[in-house]
Amino acid sequence: MKIKIFLFIIYTLIATSVYSSENQNKLLEVYKNLRCLVCQGQSIADSNSDFAATIKLVVQDQFNEGKTEDEIYKFLTSKYGEWIIYQPTFNKNNFLLWVLPYAVLIFGGFIIFLIIQKTKHNKVN
Amino acid sequence: MKISISKIIIFSFVIFSLFIFWKGLKLDNNYDTKSLIGKRISNFQLIEIDNDSLYISEEDLKKNRHTLINFFASWCAPCRAEHKYLLNLSNKNKEIQIIGINFKDKKNNAMKFLEELGNPYNFVGKDPEGKISILFGIYGIPESILVDSNLTVIKKIVGPIDQIQFDQILQMVQ
Repeated sequence: MKIKIFLFIIYTLIATSVYSSENQNKLLEVYKNLRCLVCQGQSIADSNSDFAATIKLVVQDQFNEGKTEDEIYKFLTSKYGEWIIYQPTFNKNNFLLWVLPYAVLIFGGFIIFLIIQKTKHNKVN
Repeated sequence: MKISISKIIIFSFVIFSLFIFWKGLKLDNNYDTKSLIGKRISNFQLIEIDNDSLYISEEDLKKNRHTLINFFASWCAPCRAEHKYLLNLSNKNKEIQIIGINFKDKKNNAMKFLEELGNPYNFVGKDPEGKISILFGIYGIPESILVDSNLTVIKKIVGPIDQIQFDQILQMVQ
């Protein structure tokens, strides 16, 4: 019986520690994607400023309330604008940034295809 | 004259890059919270600095035509500089309600600050951890937000209120 209780306690401790470390990792990911507005090129994760400390508290609270990463970003964007997020969302001002790499990739592929076709054609002739 | 496709592509790419450069140069990279203007403030509850059972929420602010929400602290030197304008505003215009939010401060220090310089606020709330400041899009103090009866932000002042800002506030609330 004593062994069972001991194993149960060990299991609970390990499960709690794994769960808490997973949560910490998720929080860290959110902090890394948030810009510290009062720092020079630092994220909320990197900064020890007062502002960063407050944002960390708020994000932690919202995370504990069960809010998703997107909901947290949406909340902070509504208060501080898109500038607070490192990875911007898709909108009319930045659609080229999102679309252009794919467009260039497809276009490049098309050009390579044309060149190969032309080379083949020349070889046949 | 025969122009190859590759030359057209390179030329278009150069023109496009120059256009992006030109657009980028015209962008203002300084952060401000002007985007908050026109948005509504909601879901907040402010507990009174000296009495935990007293609080105000958005419903209370809706009763005022205009409310100026000012974030201050006793340890903040620019807050001292703007205090005379807040006192002037509370004396000159009864149409405007001034709410003070004491930011990351000790209660005793805040009370001494108000005793020494005077209390321009209709209500003084507390924000010991700074969490409430995030609801208002604050990133440093002093900062002030002027809202109308719908709690829509009509003006945001980053830094201490000066004579120009004071005149602008008066003009807006009259």
